[in-house]
Amino acid sequence: MMAEQFSLGGSRPERPMGVSRRQFMRLSGAAGLALAGNVALRRATTAAQATPPAGGTPVGSAGKVTIYSGRNENLIGDLVTQFEQATGIDAEVRYGDTAELAATILEEGDNSPADLFWAQDAGALGALAKEERLVTLPDSVLDLVDTRFRSSQGVWVGTSGRARVLVYNTEQLTEADLPTSVLDLVDSKWKGKIGWAPTNASFQSFVTALRVVQGEDGAREWLEGILANDPVVFEGNSAIVRAVGAGEIAVGLVNHYYLYEIREEEGEDFPAANHFFAAGDVGNLVNVAGVGILRTASNAEQAQRFVEYLLGQDGQTYFAERTFEYPLVEGVEPGAELVPLDEIKGPEIDLGDLADLQGTLQLLTEVGVL
Amino acid sequence: MLTLRPRAARIAVVARPDSSIEAGQRRSAIPRRRSVSRPPWIVLLPALLVAGLTLVPVAYLLIRASEGGSDLWRLLWRERTAQVLINTAILAVTVAAASSAIAVPLAWLTLRTDLPGRRFWATIAPLPLVIPSFVGALTIVAALGPRGFLQEALEGPFGVERLPEIYGFWGAWLTLTLFTYPYVFLSVRAALRGLDPSLEEAARCLGHGAWRTFFLTTLPQLRPAVIAGALLAALYTISDFGVVTLLRYDAFTREIYVQYRASFDRTLAAALALLLVAFAILLLAFEARMRGRAAYHRLGSGAARRARLVPLGVWRYPALAFCLVIVALSLGLPLGVLGYWLIRTLRRDEAPEGLLIAAQHSITVGAAAAAVTTLAALPVALLVVRYRTRIGRWVERVSYAGYGLPGIVVALAFVFIGARYLTPLYQTLPLLIIAYLVRFLPQAVAAARGSLLQVNPRLEEAARNLGRSPFGAIRSVTLPLAWPGIGAGAALVFLTVMKELPITLLLSPTGYKTLATSVWTSAGSGSYGEAAAPALILVLISAIPTLLLAGRHGGQTPRGDE
Repeated sequence: MMAEQFSLGGSRPERPMGVSRRQFMRLSGAAGLALAGNVALRRATTAAQATPPAGGTPVGSAGKVTIYSGRNENLIGDLVTQFEQATGIDAEVRYGDTAELAATILEEGDNSPADLFWAQDAGALGALAKEERLVTLPDSVLDLVDTRFRSSQGVWVGTSGRARVLVYNTEQLTEADLPTSVLDLVDSKWKGKIGWAPTNASFQSFVTALRVVQGEDGAREWLEGILANDPVVFEGNSAIVRAVGAGEIAVGLVNHYYLYEIREEEGEDFPAANHFFAAGDVGNLVNVAGVGILRTASNAEQAQRFVEYLLGQDGQTYFAERTFEYPLVEGVEPGAELVPLDEIKGPEIDLGDLADLQGTLQLLTEVGVL
Repeated sequence: MLTLRPRAARIAVVARPDSSIEAGQRRSAIPRRRSVSRPPWIVLLPALLVAGLTLVPVAYLLIRASEGGSDLWRLLWRERTAQVLINTAILAVTVAAASSAIAVPLAWLTLRTDLPGRRFWATIAPLPLVIPSFVGALTIVAALGPRGFLQEALEGPFGVERLPEIYGFWGAWLTLTLFTYPYVFLSVRAALRGLDPSLEEAARCLGHGAWRTFFLTTLPQLRPAVIAGALLAALYTISDFGVVTLLRYDAFTREIYVQYRASFDRTLAAALALLLVAFAILLLAFEARMRGRAAYHRLGSGAARRARLVPLGVWRYPALAFCLVIVALSLGLPLGVLGYWLIRTLRRDEAPEGLLIAAQHSITVGAAAAAVTTLAALPVALLVVRYRTRIGRWVERVSYAGYGLPGIVVALAFVFIGARYLTPLYQTLPLLIIAYLVRFLPQAVAAARGSLLQVNPRLEEAARNLGRSPFGAIRSVTLPLAWPGIGAGAALVFLTVMKELPITLLLSPTGYKTLATSVWTSAGSGSYGEAAAPALILVLISAIPTLLLAGRHGGQTPRGDE
């Protein structure tokens, strides 16, 4: 698995290990310092300018596409390889943090090398949309996905979904102990037992939804209620699920799929499970990862092929089976443990709306959560 | 006279760092100083060029921040801004102090005493530097967290169900101290090496014991090195994001990241980052006051020989215990946790091919950045040490501009410049190396500066009188003598570039994987076991330069070495 990831996008020739080591040894010696510097830099320049050879594979024969991906390579690297093999298009991927890549695209301006931006959350796509950096996608692509999971202006489309759930420690609690609504977590019996990650984008989308459903005051009340229960603050979902498994906390507000990833590593006896709230509860808000094509793309056609591939049978099946996410296109079933999307009735909010996000941040700051 | 000099320096610490008495004394000691002369263009021009480069991030921040209106100031001057700035200041100062308290004894023990295995300790002591800060923090939490490995170990025999919270100030302080003390260690060790042993011998001859000699003679001589290292540790602390988020300390960088990550507000982020620059300048001014203006080089030709090792006697046991505890916490703990994660997940057959390529890439960028940054640091350090002009002081301060900033800010600055104005270079290795240079230059400058201070300018003058050009004199006399420090600086840059993330992710050629990005990818998808392999290789590779530095004597000069 690892080898595949590393060879990805790397059809360019690699230099033998020995050269670097020699340079390096020379560098370490006093006299060779300057010399090694020159050599290393010159070699480095050559490597950067080297062009990938055709190499007899179909990949690259149908052009290329440059993707900025906020999604982790371990999650989607294989899917990109599948796309290359299926289409012959050479996909070059720059991986990074979603928000940092969004900032990068904005800083690059008209010279951005990116054709397509694949974001972990809709907010980052909304930021690009606001600066008019994305083109309108054709209806044939947009119509594949429910209106809840795409841009209202048609400039980005969701590719896979994730539900907010309550992860709980199965040694401390059973399904019967758990609340039917996220609103019930303000009950004092949860004091000191809840983990959350207020800086996490998915959590903030949930709070935005809460503001829509319960109103500003309702959302504020809920946040203050949770704060009164001394929640344990985490940096991300993964840490929460681990802490729940370790028994540091009893329950945590997270996205549904982290549990399955950690279970793969920790083994089936990892003592944690996902709890879905009652149907229609705001606590099960569905967030999406999505893609948008840049206005400045020089390979717009290939970029669209990529979007179509992600929303096709192969792409959607990959999300269901490999990343444990929700497929967003009709006809591909989610994993067996998941509550079907139709039964999770989220509120009608625009996931990419930054004005709402700003409001959420302001509320979180005022209440003292951030 | 020999014992007088350090004492003068010591008095200066207590009383008036810039006292005219001391300055007068120095002038009378070295009447024909060249230090007042104008710097030659061969030094000045490259130094100015380097200084210009380091201003790129600040220029970028000014451009971005200027887009904000009056609203910006309202947002900036919130009570919260002041609060997190104070939090960061407290953390920076305490981390710097604790790092020094660890590093000075460690450097002295490994270089000047008969501590068993001192070369081994010296080799591994700088290695914590290479552990990416978020990985270090992850392992600390895994080991020392409320329900971590330590708690598990204690639960059986002692029934401890929960350890006190590691999160917050103490956890962040401990973690940052453990991963930044090598800055002070390397700097002090280089200075100790360049120290003339005859000073200490004179002190011993005058009847001082080993302890008194250390505190009265050795320590004052090490002052610039300690301060330079402590400054690097402090600046690293204010720029760090990984440790403060994972250990949940409410530091300033978190505010900046919230702007980028949650609000996509580059204007407010830039304004906040400028505050951080201002804070770094404040730290630099403080450092300059602390540093004083004493001279630290020898008067005469000096003795080209080893320093006598101080026999530790029964003190060797506490000394060994000290080394062991520090290394166990800062290196053993993270490596142990990583190793445990690795073994637990070894069930998959993974071809090491990808890791070899990543390792090769890491070494390439690390070595290139170390070489280029060291070359760039030399004119700056020479200008500062040899020609005490106002321009030299400014160039040095400016060179720290990129260092107190979070990596993402420097990365975005070069994205901005690169994509818009240097398009052919954008996302190529040369621009990546330049960005590293801007980010890590102070490490090389501080190291070179410390060593150059110990080289008597008269030696250079002698070379000039014998017919060498200014450049020739520097090359054939000054640089070989200052090599231990310069080499330590190059090693520092190598280690820190190897672990660097934000700049590497945004500015490297597309698809160019390094060990650090491999660690990040695996940890980011929650696969800690998979992250362990590249992290362990990272540490192994980093051992090579520190091994060479610990084992070799600086260049051809057998001065005052073990």
